[in-house]
Amino acid sequence: MSNDHVSAAVQARFSRHVLGAHSYRGQETLLIRHEGLLEVARFLKDDPSMAFDCLMDLTCVDYLKFGASLSSAPTLATPSPLPYYMKPKPTEEAWQRLVPSDAYRFDVVYHFYSTTHNHRVRVKVPLKAAEPSIPSLTGLWASANWYEREAWDMFGVTFTGHPNLRRLLMYEGFNGHPLRKDYPVNKRQPLVGPIN
Amino acid sequence: MFLNIGPSHPAMHGIIQLVAQLDGERVLGVDVEIGYLHRAFEKESERGPYNNVIPYSDRLNYVSPLINNFGYCLAVERLLAIEVTERCQYIRVIMSELSRITDHLTCVGASAMELGAFTVFLYMIKAREWLWELIELVTGARLTISYGRVGGVKADLPDGFAERTRRTLDEVRKVLLECDTLLTRNRIFVDRMQGTGVLAKDTAISYGITGPFLRGSGVALDTRKAQPYFVYDRLQFDVPTGRHGDNYDRYLVRMEEMEQSMRLIEQALTQLPAGAVNVDVEGRVLPADVMVDEAKMGRVAGFMQTRVVTDPTLEGSTRSHHGLVNAPEKRAVLPAKEDTYGNIEGLMHHFKLIMVGHGIRPPAGEYYSAVEGANGELGFYVVSDGSDRPFRVRVHPPCFPIMAALPKLLVGDMVADIVPTFGSVNMIGGELDR
Repeated sequence: MSNDHVSAAVQARFSRHVLGAHSYRGQETLLIRHEGLLEVARFLKDDPSMAFDCLMDLTCVDYLKFGASLSSAPTLATPSPLPYYMKPKPTEEAWQRLVPSDAYRFDVVYHFYSTTHNHRVRVKVPLKAAEPSIPSLTGLWASANWYEREAWDMFGVTFTGHPNLRRLLMYEGFNGHPLRKDYPVNKRQPLVGPIN
Repeated sequence: MFLNIGPSHPAMHGIIQLVAQLDGERVLGVDVEIGYLHRAFEKESERGPYNNVIPYSDRLNYVSPLINNFGYCLAVERLLAIEVTERCQYIRVIMSELSRITDHLTCVGASAMELGAFTVFLYMIKAREWLWELIELVTGARLTISYGRVGGVKADLPDGFAERTRRTLDEVRKVLLECDTLLTRNRIFVDRMQGTGVLAKDTAISYGITGPFLRGSGVALDTRKAQPYFVYDRLQFDVPTGRHGDNYDRYLVRMEEMEQSMRLIEQALTQLPAGAVNVDVEGRVLPADVMVDEAKMGRVAGFMQTRVVTDPTLEGSTRSHHGLVNAPEKRAVLPAKEDTYGNIEGLMHHFKLIMVGHGIRPPAGEYYSAVEGANGELGFYVVSDGSDRPFRVRVHPPCFPIMAALPKLLVGDMVADIVPTFGSVNMIGGELDR
């Protein structure tokens, strides 16, 4: 299902906010500057040809060490991701992150769905490593509330304008943001008792 | 008055805390605290190779783990741009629908029990047991099944599965009919369910709610219909909807969905492409452990013609079935056991997929796979950086948005209504907290 018209419409209307757009494996992705997120989101929700009435998912990806981890570098002397008898697929689609520089460490990823038009779009907002902050969408979609709390909890991305930006899955008093790539997977913290 | 319900409370299906603000018996406000079952699923997924996520995904929604398996496999398959075989797609549909029935049986049975209908609970759990026996027959396990594989499934359906499934479904239908007689016009049940936990259509969509919960509010949205995956577009089924968005309508939607799932299974069993099973007719049959011992001593000359007998939990995973249920894709699919132990190509192939530094390597990219879980849309957002480990695995759990909307559902109702409303949410701690 192709829905290029979504990214085409957004690009035509908000060219100053759009960093890039591409389609990968049949899924449409838009890259938006964080300054323009609210405008674009309002357009996606209210425009009758978009009508994205459902914020299906909101998450964040930490691109620190993307493609540079130990496991992505072959460790053996004869590295071949494909066995010798395999040829690469002829119709390889190329995928790029499309960010202007490596300073953008986080991508906040929104998956929108429209129940009226039955189409989806993925919107990504790259953020810099130091004090990542992005406007909250709680005023537009009620589901943003908990998703943003979770993203703050796991990645330390601040959502400005969020009514209640508390931790959701981890406990109050937990130090750090566990899904960041520089948070060690085996780090232990004492579990503090309940605050009440 | 503040009333603390949970974290450990018999009416809370899992560990969750509700802090309810009460005026007499009326609920004025609810604060929902989750996270008690957080096991760092997403962080753990980034640690190991792609196939290591599959056993973890069993433990997300542990009442219908097969759907989680297939959802995750679908995302990785799309990243690799491979398509599973037709027979495998039908098997995935059959197993997903069996899981959906077990999930709905658990949900309806448990919430009926909490309203005093203990008999219904026992009947439904009995029916669920029969279905789990079917699942055990195929996967070798009842709950933590790890049946999905990237590019296929673990094993083919066993002999006589279709016949046995049809018989079981007939029995399940009888149980459902009986439960329907016990509940649907039962005065106590209807009084407790009707008009409680009401959620309007717009609010539900705004909260991102999907699945039976949304359909109970009158939106006929089903990922299987709206954006079909596997072979759902070839099968006939209806999407039941409610009108009032209350607990009673959600109960009716779930009961009807079980019937529709059975319809789907029966159609899929009829359409299931048989294909020629390439059985070697040399007649030599070896137990798997003997074959391993022989291979270790290098006596592999006759293995190309030998059939191996694996233990009962791995029935259908041998070479004769392998090509039918697994994609012809050597980048992702493990070879049959005969080949791994029997010839050097198979052994190398196995090595290339298993050993550290090799493994499945999708090209850098991202994919969000949406499948219809028992509670709603189950999404897996997988990001690959070209290595043998997923860079990021994000699960969109269907009961998460419903839990976020729980205060909206409960405010204005009585304290006693918390129990049926919370029961109809069908919260699964494993997928909620991950």
